[in-house]
Amino acid sequence: MIEIEYIGRLKEDLDLEQEQMEWQTSMTDVAALIEHLCRERGSQWSTTLHQENLLVSVNQSMVKTDYPLGDDDKVIFFPPIAGG
Amino acid sequence: MVIIQEADFDIAEEVKVLRAQSSETGAIVTFIGLVRDISDSDKVSGLYLEHYPGMTEKSIEGIVDAAKSRWQLIGTRVIHRVGQLSPSDQIVLVAVTSQHRKDAFLACEFIMDYLKTRAPFWKKEQTTEGERWLETRSSDVDAASQWQNEESC
Repeated sequence: MIEIEYIGRLKEDLDLEQEQMEWQTSMTDVAALIEHLCRERGSQWSTTLHQENLLVSVNQSMVKTDYPLGDDDKVIFFPPIAGG
Repeated sequence: MVIIQEADFDIAEEVKVLRAQSSETGAIVTFIGLVRDISDSDKVSGLYLEHYPGMTEKSIEGIVDAAKSRWQLIGTRVIHRVGQLSPSDQIVLVAVTSQHRKDAFLACEFIMDYLKTRAPFWKKEQTTEGERWLETRSSDVDAASQWQNEESC
């Protein structure tokens, strides 16, 4: 099971704050998870998750999209930072 | 010390704490940021700030550590508010102490410039034209990058 959380404007754009989904062997890294979500859910998801400066953390560490994913990981998507 | 809170802060209280830290302190520089009521010529009625607990504090602590490695500082305090704010509300306090004023002036500006571009906050403005999420302003990016240019000179 993978837990996913969406922060700030992402939860409004996607109309979702968090979810859990079965981890699949094809979800080898964050980029593969993004592709899975976009393929299943359409253009709004594709626009949102492919935007420039999107930030991702896995298990509380900021990572790049080539970071490997496994079962029981917690993924958080953050929109571009607005600063203080 | 870095604090993220919904409540307002009192600069007098914060300065008192910093003054008490060391009798070697010769300078205290403080900066307070306020919520403006105008943005891109639209009237702003409110500003909502979101952060990610743990990550936001850690990120600002990193900025403060970078300032401490560049200048001789005695104490620092950063308080950033989150939640729903109104025009003229205090939003951020950066206070820096040092033996001599130059270090405190420069470090305070450095922390603030980096905070404006690197700190993980997400802001939604309520304006006469509706609500909108904000992104880092290019003028803030330029301000922060000046410190890097200075470093490479």
